Amino acid sequence: MTANQIMFILFALMIIVFSILTVTSRKILRAATFLLFVLVSTSGLYFMLNYQFLAAIQLTLYAGGIVVLIIFSILLTSHINQKFESPGLKKVIFSALASAAGAILAIVTLLDYNFSATTEAAKEVDMNLIGKSLLSVEYDGYILPFEVISILLLAAMIGAIVIAKKGGPAKIQSTILNKE
Amino acid sequence: MRFDFIASYVSAFTGPWWKFLYDFSLLTTPVHEWLNGSVSPFWTTVIEMVVVGVVFLLFYAVVGLFLVYAERKVCAFIQNRLGPNRIGPYGIFQTIADLVKLLFKEIIPIKNADSLLFNIAPYIVIIVNFMALAAIPYANGLHAIDFNIGIFYILAVSSMSVVGVLLAGWSSNSKYSLIGAMRSGAQIVSYELSIGLALITIVILSGTMQLSEIVEAQRTGWFIFKGHIPAIIAFIIYVISSTAEINRGPFDMAEAESELTAGYHTEYSGIKFAFFYLAEYINMFIVASIAATMFLGGWMPFHIGNLEGFNMVMDFIPPFIWYIGKTFFIIWIIMLFKWTFPRLRIDQLLTLEWKYLLPINLVNILVMSFLVLKGWHF
Repeated sequence: MTANQIMFILFALMIIVFSILTVTSRKILRAATFLLFVLVSTSGLYFMLNYQFLAAIQLTLYAGGIVVLIIFSILLTSHINQKFESPGLKKVIFSALASAAGAILAIVTLLDYNFSATTEAAKEVDMNLIGKSLLSVEYDGYILPFEVISILLLAAMIGAIVIAKKGGPAKIQSTILNKE
Repeated sequence: MRFDFIASYVSAFTGPWWKFLYDFSLLTTPVHEWLNGSVSPFWTTVIEMVVVGVVFLLFYAVVGLFLVYAERKVCAFIQNRLGPNRIGPYGIFQTIADLVKLLFKEIIPIKNADSLLFNIAPYIVIIVNFMALAAIPYANGLHAIDFNIGIFYILAVSSMSVVGVLLAGWSSNSKYSLIGAMRSGAQIVSYELSIGLALITIVILSGTMQLSEIVEAQRTGWFIFKGHIPAIIAFIIYVISSTAEINRGPFDMAEAESELTAGYHTEYSGIKFAFFYLAEYINMFIVASIAATMFLGGWMPFHIGNLEGFNMVMDFIPPFIWYIGKTFFIIWIIMLFKWTFPRLRIDQLLTLEWKYLLPINLVNILVMSFLVLKGWHF
């Protein structure tokens, strides 16, 4: 067994164990923490593939961004003693069946496909290459999806600000409530 | 065969023995080759990982303890006191005594806390520290991992340390801890933006994110001189926002003693408290060494144009000393901040970031891009 294989098994085990813990934990902040571990181990897999840019994106966006956002909203809304009640037996059986079926389907498909090992040398994906293809209008450029996603993000941000701002009517209502 | 590496040392050091101080690969390459020759590649990797890990652990402890001592001395200097002066010469063993005390202290279990998260939180903060420390270039050839996205990796990793703080605050089940954690979360998330943008300004100038190449590019002049006006603005913004990012005064809202006792680590005791405490100081060390690497040339000596004699004298000082000197200079500035400015309110803090630093930063990036396009840098 090579060092690479050992690392892969380690990461895979971490991903599997913590994924299961994420969905079975009945305390919501614990579930969020286990999700963080899953995302960090996934970025470890990217590091193993030598695709460091994606790994760092995974860390900063998912582990440092989305999980922090989730934890933040949990901090604001839930109390430490809160615990989800355990689901009924029927629910447990059916969800276990559903996930097992999904897992079997995925495993069968993966085993069916014969992966051919490439003879090409590992490519070094450097930042200049990523930046150039992201902003190029040539054949293998990604300028269109880049711009479309930018507009989507902008729209989402404006929407969030509009929702968070709360116009005049809400204020008037609150003053009336205070008078009563 | 077994002691071949000694012979290769002798051949490597045709000059005096301290030559490796100027290029650490003279020390590491023979060891690596000897290991490769005597054991399988797998065990070479394992042994090297263990050795590097132990060195980092020692480095972590020594730097952490020294920074606590330095903080007390700087504080004493500003308040016109002597500071610790009983244990050892100038009190340098004071923090070791403190550490021993903390090791012996009882770890108090909190009755209504979420024990799993409560125990995990300090380790998350510490692990994040180690991940960031691993990518910093300490000297010529003394660089554990050199990613081609080096600086982005450090930013990505250090964005996770807030998770430890938030978990610690919430799982303590105490209102002080929770408020402290919320404050520090808001602060870290917003100031991370400024740090990233200030560093992007320098990445535009250098044209690479690989830390070894960034240091190499500063052989002819540090970036703060090469990029003159926008680089200096970026440096000032970086120092301000990194002070906020590591929750230090005047931005120490997260643990404002007068309001929140100790913020998110109020409920921690003994060695777990020490972990948080050490992690804070190592965070300061990390941001200072990023500033030293990105703006002040990392381990590169200070050179002035064609002054050959002066440059030779500067080259004589080993790179590691240069690196440590620059880093501690930044740390000294950050410490002066804490003991001179009064604490900000949370709304002032967020106003400073979103209304001043962020717009200045964005304009600064444009100026820097223009400068690089026109070739107006040195």
